[in-house]
Amino acid sequence: MSQHAVRPTPASPTPPDGHLLEVRDLHVEFRTGEGVAKVINGVSYHLDPGETLAVLGESGSGKSVTAQAIMGILDTPPAHISSGEIRYSGQDLLSLAEEQRRQIRGRDIAMIFQDALSALNPVFPVGWQIGETLRQRLGMSRADARRRSVELMDLVQIPGAASRLGDYPHQFSGGMRQRVMIAMALAMEPKVLIADEPTTALDVTVQAQIMDLLADLRRDLNMAMILITHDLGVVADVADRIAVMYAGRIVEHADVRSLYRAPAHPYTKGLLNSIPRLDQRGGKLSTIRGLPPNLMRIPSGCPFHPRCPYVQQVCVDVVPHDLILGDGRTSACHFAQEVRDDRAG
Amino acid sequence: MFRFIVRRLLQMVLAFFGTTLIVYALMFAGQGDPIQALAGERPVTAAQRAYLTEKYHLDATGIGGFFYRYFDYISNLLRGDLGESLTGRSIGDILAAAWPVTIRLALIAIAVAVIFGVTAGVLAGIRRASIFDNATLLLTLLVLGIPTIVLAPLAQYFLGVKWQVFPPTAGADPDFFALLLPGIVLGSLSLATALRLTRTSVAENLRADYVRTARSKGLPNRRVVSVHVLRNSLIPVITFLGVEVGNLMSGAIITEGVFNIPGVGFNLFRGIRTEDGPLVVGIVSVLVVVYLVSNLVVDVLYAVLDPRIRYE
Repeated sequence: MSQHAVRPTPASPTPPDGHLLEVRDLHVEFRTGEGVAKVINGVSYHLDPGETLAVLGESGSGKSVTAQAIMGILDTPPAHISSGEIRYSGQDLLSLAEEQRRQIRGRDIAMIFQDALSALNPVFPVGWQIGETLRQRLGMSRADARRRSVELMDLVQIPGAASRLGDYPHQFSGGMRQRVMIAMALAMEPKVLIADEPTTALDVTVQAQIMDLLADLRRDLNMAMILITHDLGVVADVADRIAVMYAGRIVEHADVRSLYRAPAHPYTKGLLNSIPRLDQRGGKLSTIRGLPPNLMRIPSGCPFHPRCPYVQQVCVDVVPHDLILGDGRTSACHFAQEVRDDRAG
Repeated sequence: MFRFIVRRLLQMVLAFFGTTLIVYALMFAGQGDPIQALAGERPVTAAQRAYLTEKYHLDATGIGGFFYRYFDYISNLLRGDLGESLTGRSIGDILAAAWPVTIRLALIAIAVAVIFGVTAGVLAGIRRASIFDNATLLLTLLVLGIPTIVLAPLAQYFLGVKWQVFPPTAGADPDFFALLLPGIVLGSLSLATALRLTRTSVAENLRADYVRTARSKGLPNRRVVSVHVLRNSLIPVITFLGVEVGNLMSGAIITEGVFNIPGVGFNLFRGIRTEDGPLVVGIVSVLVVVYLVSNLVVDVLYAVLDPRIRYE
């Protein structure tokens, strides 16, 4: 294993007063023939060097769309960023020309996707696909790119890397394929790695291996990581902070420990309660009643109110703002403190 | 792959015997008096009749006689002897003269389909729902809707006779220019199909997950499309064109007929019209082989283009 195959990133490019990456009040709409779906409604989060932020939420909550907006790979149309800022090292990415944004993609911010089988090109060998970034972006020679690809595949612990360069994605197992994906994302030594549900398509045992690998790589290469997931179990060991998303908003934002100990938003509480527990065998699994809202007709007031056990009239009428709970915690709930202190629910 | 090819070759043997038997039966089984057919309107003397009966093994009658003659024919065929047509010419010689013309015509048609069809298909696929896309869609619909039997005479009349841009007919031993108009007419159908196939394939692949991955690597759009999308999109198009080459090699009866091109289709048509049994069976037998081989080549090519395909 070549520990130093990838050089540690140089001193953090973060300006002293700001964050490495910051999303500010982002709004994204999908304009389709049937109408406008408000997919992201004022999302803000930040990422500091070397930390892991978990973005948690159901399908359709907008976690992947936010990530794609950061990468600048949203399908436009139908997606339109209607307002907001995405600052990387103090620079607003949304104000950059496409060519400048392209330079940042892969080099500064890289992304790995959920299903590596469809995310890798089926007709090119994996070595070629990893090396493509190196040849095209860094101008490496074929031989150098090849050598470096083997190093990267070693780094993500693909056994017999050199002999597998010429293999195609379909010849790898699910876990190995995701490792190829990770190796590809690491090719340009990014400072931010966005992992969009990296383990969803994998077996449980393999999931743990991939999560461990990502955590190790993040530490060894001194990257910051945004981990997008709907799996609360995955988050606990790896993340420093958690942002919970619902209907295109961040509903709760907290460090991992306090969020698990005392969730301050009914939605987070519902998510935590719906994890099956060994000490409550035989009972019915707890679920959150109802379905996520249709993003073309988001409910008035708090978008979670039709499903919320704490619902009051104010929730139907007034959109809750982020309530600051101290220690950097926020919750977009009118009754955040009550929810946090209510241990029974 | 080797086993696949061997298996396919064995299947081809079966297909070959099956098709030749059917064509042979269709041409000869229902025939009244083959000797009179050979002679046409002229009277046949007893001595001639005896000689021809002997020569063509016509003394054996019924099913047994039919199969006897069929296997006699096949064994000659396998030795490379296609026999003689009713006009007394060697069928081998006829094909040797006709084939180069048909191949040239087929190549022009395929070139037209590739150059215009695939290029326009790629552009239409990238700019889906644009004016260009809708225009090509309409045009291809028009081309696909007009049968060759209408399109060929129309093209001949306007471009050949009225405006005299191209020679109206090819005639014996045609050069490239004389084959250009028939080639375009013949290729227009392949062009339209190739265009639509390419368009759909490109549009579909542009939405694929691996395209998003390629973009997130920071590759320029140009490269994402020309390398990642095209390589995948062209797999079905190349397969289609491969089959199409096989089809075109077997001659285009209508186009060759309208433009008077002495190719394979032209000779086959003449054989059918004059009830020249040996000529029809001879040409069809060879066409069957050409068709089977070209299909095998396409299947192998498919596996080469798409690494996920494995024949075992």
